[in-house]
Amino acid sequence: MPRRIVLGIHGVGHRVIESVWRLGRASRFFMLMLMKSGTSMRRFRLIIREIYFTGVLSLIIIVVSGLFVGMVLGLQGYETLQKYGSESAVGTLVALSLVRELGPVVAALLFASRAGSAITAEIGLMKATEQLAAMEMMAVDPIARVVAPRFWAGVISMPFLAAMFSSVGVFGGYLVTVVLIGVDEGSFWSQMQSAVDFRYDIVNGIIKTCVFGVAVTAIAVFEGYDAPPTAEGVSGATTRTVVTSSLAILGLDFVLTAFMFRGMS
Amino acid sequence: MKSENLVEINDLNFSYGNRAILKGINMTMHRGKVIAIMGGSGCGKTTLLRLIGGAVTPSSGYVKVAGQVVHDLTRDELFKMRRKMSMLFQFGALFTDLSVFDNVAFQMREHTDLPEAVIRDLVLMKLHAVGLRGAHKLMPAELSGGMARRVALARSVALDPLLIMYDEPFTGLDPISLSVIGNLIRRLTDALGMTSIVVTHDVQESLKIVDYVYFISEGVIAAHGTPTEVRGSIAPFVHQFVHGEEDGPVPFHYPASSYASDLGMRGEIA
Repeated sequence: MPRRIVLGIHGVGHRVIESVWRLGRASRFFMLMLMKSGTSMRRFRLIIREIYFTGVLSLIIIVVSGLFVGMVLGLQGYETLQKYGSESAVGTLVALSLVRELGPVVAALLFASRAGSAITAEIGLMKATEQLAAMEMMAVDPIARVVAPRFWAGVISMPFLAAMFSSVGVFGGYLVTVVLIGVDEGSFWSQMQSAVDFRYDIVNGIIKTCVFGVAVTAIAVFEGYDAPPTAEGVSGATTRTVVTSSLAILGLDFVLTAFMFRGMS
Repeated sequence: MKSENLVEINDLNFSYGNRAILKGINMTMHRGKVIAIMGGSGCGKTTLLRLIGGAVTPSSGYVKVAGQVVHDLTRDELFKMRRKMSMLFQFGALFTDLSVFDNVAFQMREHTDLPEAVIRDLVLMKLHAVGLRGAHKLMPAELSGGMARRVALARSVALDPLLIMYDEPFTGLDPISLSVIGNLIRRLTDALGMTSIVVTHDVQESLKIVDYVYFISEGVIAAHGTPTEVRGSIAPFVHQFVHGEEDGPVPFHYPASSYASDLGMRGEIA
């Protein structure tokens, strides 16, 4: 029995040490990637190519989800607000929920599962099939050539995707409440216009998306680069990317919201 | 004057943790030759290539390539040296997101300022040499194993290196592709004046094309010589390896306690 306990403690200790190592490796990797980003910035063509794969190809899922989320918000908002006779405020509700929270968070979650997992799987498989080793042997640094462009492409794409999500969401809310239910169009837009503050709501939303973009793509490229070079290793890394970045998004969102929106007058 | 030897390995030791992989290896490789390094699976052949390429550092001893000790170089110097050497990986390791043409052009675009028109001509010449000029628009996923290996070969000679290392170039190929790759290695080495190091366990194919053979067994050089010497060798390990015999110095059975005791019998079983 005591032996079992000792083994258990061993196991816990081993895991803790392993996680600390991993955190160290991740930080080192992140710094290295930033230091080597100069090359990809000079060859911006590489980043543009990745923006197509991570950003442009994610557009369809972002637009469709944004539309539905906006429509649901419109329906639910109308349902509640009409009880108090203030259904014309539904535009404000849809816009604020999207711009402050749902736009950045849901777009980032979708981005993590659509593009983040793809980045991890691609880099992991490049490692498993010795493509990264081959690149090293050709005197080309894989972090500068493969990892950094994917990272920056993700960071650049994320705010645009979230903006797209929110805009289409507002349009979805408009479709349901104004076109289908018949809320007054003038008050829908004018209330929204007067309630949404550019500096307070929109800029804060954009800051959130930038932070999420950095978090998701940094996790995705690290997991891919750190994946054991086997089929099992790559699949595990892909799963970890989605799980870790989703948790990171939700955790960071709480922290950022606490800082940004605590003193609303 | 340039030294005759492109690669010199002196008393090289390498271990993973406590497990010694290579023990006191000495080798010299002349310019313009094809040298084979043979040995059973897991005997440290690939590790030796990684040591020559500077991917890992030896525990003691040194590897000199073109007069420079590889593992004493800084990362920048190592990258400069790697432009003069090339490695063909076991399954080609082509970049799957680039076409055949872009794969071969990769190093030219990364390391030179050549205009695109010149790169185009050079790439087509390299692809022509391996017989795949017509396939330049294909993606790696559309190639057979043998073709992928040939494209990888064209890619590794893209910048006319001094030294090419081949990691198991014959694995998993049909007999035709196998002899095509073998002949290409020989022809390209002669035509470009390179030095080739072929790590393999394909005895018959490699003895046809190489100038010198090293056998590695359990981390030491068990034998070495020209193909004719090796074929006629009576050293037990070489004989077993060259003729593919099941039992010999490399035993069929993994070390175990006595068969009888494992089966729970008192008496002896032959």
